[in-house]
Amino acid sequence: MDKHETSAEHSHGYGIYILVWLALLSLTAITVAVAGIDIGRFTVATALLIACFKSFLVLNIFMHLKSESRSFRVFVGVAIFFLAISFILLFADYSFQ
Amino acid sequence: MSSDTIALGSNGHEPSYLDYKGKHSGLLGWLLSTDHKRIGILYLSALTVFLLVGVSFGFLLRLELISPGRTIMDPQTYNSIFTLHGVIMIFLFVIPGIPAVFGNFVLPILIGAKDVAFPRINLLSWYLYMIGGLLAVISIFLPGGPADTGWTFYIPYSVRTGTNVMLALFAAFTLGFSSILTGLNFVTTVHRLRAPGMTWFRMPLSVWSLYATAWIQVLATPIIGITLLMVVVERWLGVGIFDPALGGDPVLFQHLFWIYSHPAVYIMIVPAMGVVSEIIPVFTRRTIFGYKFIAFSSIAIALFGSLVWAHHMFTVGMSDTGQFIFSFLTMIVAIPSAIKVFNWIATLYKGSIELAPPMLYVLAFIFLFSIGGLTGVMQGVLSVDIQVHDTSFIVAHFHYVMFGGTGFGFFAAMHYWFPKMFGRMYNQKTAKTAFWFLFIGFNILYFPMFIMGWLGMPRRYYDYLPEFQSYHLISTIGSWITVLGIILMFYNLIRSLKNGQIIKEKNIWGGETLEWQIDTPPIHENFYEIPVITSRPYQYKNNEEVLTHKEHK
Amino acid sequence: MISTQAAEVHVHRDDVGSRMGMWLFLFTELLLFGGMFILYSVYRFTYAEEFHRAAKELNTVVGAFNTAILLTSSLTMVFSIIAIQRDQKSLSLLMQALTILLGLFFMVNKYFEWTSKFHHGIYPGSDELLSRSSGEILFFGLYYVMTGLHGIHVLVGMILIAIMSRFTIKDLITHDNYVRLENIGLYWHLVDIIWIFLFPLFYLIT
Repeated sequence: MDKHETSAEHSHGYGIYILVWLALLSLTAITVAVAGIDIGRFTVATALLIACFKSFLVLNIFMHLKSESRSFRVFVGVAIFFLAISFILLFADYSFQ
Repeated sequence: MSSDTIALGSNGHEPSYLDYKGKHSGLLGWLLSTDHKRIGILYLSALTVFLLVGVSFGFLLRLELISPGRTIMDPQTYNSIFTLHGVIMIFLFVIPGIPAVFGNFVLPILIGAKDVAFPRINLLSWYLYMIGGLLAVISIFLPGGPADTGWTFYIPYSVRTGTNVMLALFAAFTLGFSSILTGLNFVTTVHRLRAPGMTWFRMPLSVWSLYATAWIQVLATPIIGITLLMVVVERWLGVGIFDPALGGDPVLFQHLFWIYSHPAVYIMIVPAMGVVSEIIPVFTRRTIFGYKFIAFSSIAIALFGSLVWAHHMFTVGMSDTGQFIFSFLTMIVAIPSAIKVFNWIATLYKGSIELAPPMLYVLAFIFLFSIGGLTGVMQGVLSVDIQVHDTSFIVAHFHYVMFGGTGFGFFAAMHYWFPKMFGRMYNQKTAKTAFWFLFIGFNILYFPMFIMGWLGMPRRYYDYLPEFQSYHLISTIGSWITVLGIILMFYNLIRSLKNGQIIKEKNIWGGETLEWQIDTPPIHENFYEIPVITSRPYQYKNNEEVLTHKEHK
Repeated sequence: MISTQAAEVHVHRDDVGSRMGMWLFLFTELLLFGGMFILYSVYRFTYAEEFHRAAKELNTVVGAFNTAILLTSSLTMVFSIIAIQRDQKSLSLLMQALTILLGLFFMVNKYFEWTSKFHHGIYPGSDELLSRSSGEILFFGLYYVMTGLHGIHVLVGMILIAIMSRFTIKDLITHDNYVRLENIGLYWHLVDIIWIFLFPLFYLIT
């Protein structure tokens, strides 16, 4: 275990971050545009899907999750899983009332 | 591989952590210490006080219930006392209990580390614990009186009652934050600070338990944090969240409350199971049976334990589908716990059993936890739960698991690690006597509750029908015997701090984990040199010799 | 980080461990807000129509603008770390300052949004709000609590970045010791992610 490991190995140039930022802004614009179109329930689903993808970009690129060791990604998976399962089981009650 | 060794003095004689003089001395040397061992002792001191307060409240409750009608207090007081009993016992004793005291003291040593990953945050955890405890105590004395909602703070009563619910909520929130920081610390410690050669499957089983528990602490606690915060906001600012008068859904509060509070019971029990796994090999002189099964079962309990929360809510009007799903999942969560029990018993079989005090508590744990766990499975059956929900049956069940389980596990840990922590031995005869008072008293106190609960005695009721009188009488007498046992146990231990036989040997029990390879009491940094691990723990041979399996560089 | 009291011992740094601790803390934040998202989703499910009606009172343009502000502040935060990695102290400080400034713009917008609502009598416990349907009361209850808690986190983040700036000036954060700046960056990005979800759920359900 190299305890002096720093982030040196994932010091990208500025370029990729600017690209991701532009992508995030575009996705925001798309979300707003889609909200104006009436596609019923799918509006929310689309908005959330886009939000998930934006978060994915922020997590992996801005927060360097992609370049951390695998355990970090497993951790994030576990945390998200716990939140997701709470939603799912909760709706096991509410959607059948 | 670097081994970050520190050799402070070639002879290797250093003062123990108790005598160590760091930047501060005297009381400040303790209150500002970031030494995990001192922090464990700080927790132990505070916890003991809170436990005794919680026990006193329980004692008073049982006195009131010895006969129908008023005995020593009025109904309002009764409601407040069972609330406080729950809040103090759960948030100030059972949840922090083993991780904060023994996890802190022993975890770094068990993995060959000098301290936890974040020592200063560790100290912060203790201060948050103390602040939470203080807030809870203050809530008793301020105008309005102590909260009377039950420790569960159910809506709408918790936003209506004029008692000091806000303070109690802040106390619980602060204590939750303390728990989160401890969990965060332990996860990082186990990942980053294991000694060279200490692979995951060479870790002692109590480390696996503490690790699984730490994850629950990190993930589940924030949910109750936000839920209690919502109640605060609702009380204070009249924001509509749960209050049905404002369109809210009180059942939703219950869902959110139990999404934490069910995993919380696994925060309570899993470390105790870890203690049991730690102690059994030593006093049976056998390698633990099924190491990997026990290790993975801790993870499985943490995982499945987060899927069952609504079994606390079977009578509130959930959908049938929801009820079926949660009942089914509740059956599943019992399996990993059962696996542990089977493995422990298999370890005992043909072992060379020594009934030292730690072992007595461990054997009692297996018996009492089995009863508690099995009655839990009974309650998971929907039709049964309709009958027993909110009766004394439930009260008996959770006391069997939380007190008979975690409580006895805590006492086992105390008797096991006391000599190492303090360099003193307690009177073993007195310890055994205290144990028997406790064990016998415990069953007399709680078993009748199963019966009367089944027959219809409601819980949290101040008064009751005459048909339940004899059960209550027996139970209250049981409480006196139990309390005697507790007092005798603590008297023995506390007295031995000063008067107990001095212990200098490293390994009085013949243990096979790292804490028994170091000085008694440990030096400030635990090890003169960080060990290199070459084999698994609990390697006993032929029930006789103790093999030391650690090579020192 | 293991630090010892004894003078002759070299202090061990564990940047990976430090980041690990921060990520674990971020999970607690994720679940803290997650609990509120759970609340939101159940009430949204129950009161779909009323949520839809209430959401019209929020200004989508301001919301979108605030989203852009926070996304940009995440960018400047990342830049501040790249700069310090390249030993460009002044640039890093500039980026940190910009991040704080963008956070400030966000909060100012929020302030105007909220006060405009108050002006229209829409606040917890107000007669105007209580006269509306349950779903609308709940929508605004959640709106204030969730954006309020988020706002507190933005403020705390700004303060923490300011502290990091002080460390940077005093050379306590340098090109080979910047894990603290990274950790605050992680916190800031999480605050951004939470807003990424808050925005569509409150402003775009019309």
